[in-house]
Amino acid sequence: MAVINLLTAINQALDQKMAEDPTVIVYGEDAGYEGGVFRVTAGLQKKYGEERVFDTPISEAAITGNAVGMAINGLRPVAEIQFDGFVFAGYTEIVTHMARYRNRSRGRYGLPIVVRFPVGGGIRALEHHSESLETFMGHIPGLKVVIPSTPYDAKGLLISAIEDPDPVIYMEPKRIYRSGKQEVPEEIYRIPIGKAKVVQPGSDITVVAWGAMVREAEKAIKLLENENISVELIDLRTINPIDEEAIIQSVQKTGRFLVVQEAVKTYGPGAELMSLVNEKAFLYLEAPPTRVTGFDITVPLARGEMHHFVQPERIAAEIKKVVRF
Amino acid sequence: MLFSKYDPLKKKQLQILNEKGEIVNKELEPKLDKETLVKMYKQAVLGRVADIKALQYQRQGRMLTYAPNRGHEAAQIGTAAAMAEQDWYIPGFRDFYAMLYRGVTLEQIYLYWYGNEWGSHFDEGVRVTPVNVIIGSQINHASGIAYASKLMKKNEVAVTAIGDGGTSHGEFYEGMNFAGVFNLPLVTLVQNNQYAISTPRAKATKAETLAQKAVAFGIPGIQVDGNDILAVYVAMKEAMEHARSGKGPVLVEAVTYRLGPHTTSDDPTLYREDSEVEIWEKKDPMIRFKKYMIDKGYWTEEEQKAYEEESDNYVGEVFRKVEATGEAELLDVFKYTYEEMTPQLIEQYETHKKFLEKGGK
Repeated sequence: MAVINLLTAINQALDQKMAEDPTVIVYGEDAGYEGGVFRVTAGLQKKYGEERVFDTPISEAAITGNAVGMAINGLRPVAEIQFDGFVFAGYTEIVTHMARYRNRSRGRYGLPIVVRFPVGGGIRALEHHSESLETFMGHIPGLKVVIPSTPYDAKGLLISAIEDPDPVIYMEPKRIYRSGKQEVPEEIYRIPIGKAKVVQPGSDITVVAWGAMVREAEKAIKLLENENISVELIDLRTINPIDEEAIIQSVQKTGRFLVVQEAVKTYGPGAELMSLVNEKAFLYLEAPPTRVTGFDITVPLARGEMHHFVQPERIAAEIKKVVRF
Repeated sequence: MLFSKYDPLKKKQLQILNEKGEIVNKELEPKLDKETLVKMYKQAVLGRVADIKALQYQRQGRMLTYAPNRGHEAAQIGTAAAMAEQDWYIPGFRDFYAMLYRGVTLEQIYLYWYGNEWGSHFDEGVRVTPVNVIIGSQINHASGIAYASKLMKKNEVAVTAIGDGGTSHGEFYEGMNFAGVFNLPLVTLVQNNQYAISTPRAKATKAETLAQKAVAFGIPGIQVDGNDILAVYVAMKEAMEHARSGKGPVLVEAVTYRLGPHTTSDDPTLYREDSEVEIWEKKDPMIRFKKYMIDKGYWTEEEQKAYEEESDNYVGEVFRKVEATGEAELLDVFKYTYEEMTPQLIEQYETHKKFLEKGGK
């Protein structure tokens, strides 16, 4: 088994699905010849040719809108949007068509599309390059939304996403593209969409995180090593549909619940998850469900971003507060 | 050849059959056989009857919001008739004549406007996409369909339609540009009916024609008399040959007029003069098409009367069938969001079903 990073795991999933299925195509701004600005698609054009792996004009609506047509006519497009903040230029097509076509046509046209893009901050980038879009995508009926936190999950989730009969938004936490390697099987395997993972079992509090925040939560747990707190850490992996069972089962055991999200607070995914716990595990609760989030501000530029991003210390402090409520 | 002769930048407009029903461009008159012309004509008559009746049903409170097509017969049927069996039609929302011609049933069309998604579930083999309400976006869908056709060497052309108002939209430019870059087999019909709801064509763009927008995409563009079914057919035939042969997309502007309101919720007397409408009533595509058919000896007044009556009965029968469908089932509105219902959807559905079963509303 090769030890690879998250970015390489994505590349491998694309490569193997393209080799296996001639209807899979990969495209986006600079995604062809150059292999994308992060090099996620590097080498694919050389291997599969310019018709199946290609650069597009700077036209996000054409990227997402063409995917709709391609899928109607038998392809499985994997479309790349270069950065999270650019998604909005192609968002209309995602929301008004991609998500609705199956329902609109009463099942005549399901659209097996994957839209991939890097998300989140932490690379000291320009404006519009550090956004967290879970709410924008998770709120839309008809979309499935996934976000991996490890190379292993990145490959397995992407393979499931490409094979899925419905549109899947595949968000890539860019700050961990190259940080951290893991053994990843050479062959094709699948991580089911809609299934969370218990990263670490525990009995005092359930902490739910996803994407890059899983590692921040792990760091927080390390900070609490001498505090005698047993944390159950769950990696959500799929933003929609939420693995309710995994969360409820855990909260029934721990009685305490904390969400860690990088996204801004108001109407964020944490609000949805806390509602879920209130609706379905209220009588098991020992403390109010709560969340650690980004603030309700525009993501600051590099010199201010540390104020906005959720740090392990904040998570650790919140865990202590909930456990000692 | 047609495209260089009718250069929109030189304000050229293709016309073959003028508003008096005279052939003014003999060498370009298409050599259509009687069977094809009769089919086109009958579809146009049936379409118009169904269009007028839909408006009447709406006025009677039996139909919901409806977007009338009257005046668009030549633009749409001239286009649909020029298509090959395997081609795709990607409509906007005022396109039912073409949809009908391409194999969508009248029952489906009425069912859609009656407020039921099953009206967009077309039969296997019918290469038409559902009504598209988001203006401009259909260009990208058509381009994507064309991309797949090209990649899989399927010899298909994607034909899409948009209005004059739609050409202001970003997706029109993005889609046409994208299709141009990849030489995709796409033909875009602009039905310039002079108004985007109430906004006149002159307020949509400073460009003198909409066909000339092709210049910036690096593709051919042509303006035709959109009330002249022969001109539309000839331009479309050439456009589709161009696209099919791998030379890339073509933009065809059909100059026409929306004789009815934008939708049944619209009052066109607020923004256009009766005198203007009267001018265009005289240019009605059906007047000249009928005269052409009679002059050719392919049609008679008696046949007209009989076929109008037949169409009227048929349309009435279809509508009564649609009316009888009533309200949608609860499961219907849940079931097609994903291929398989998510646990959340199953729970929401089951909960509401139980609530209804206990007499809730």
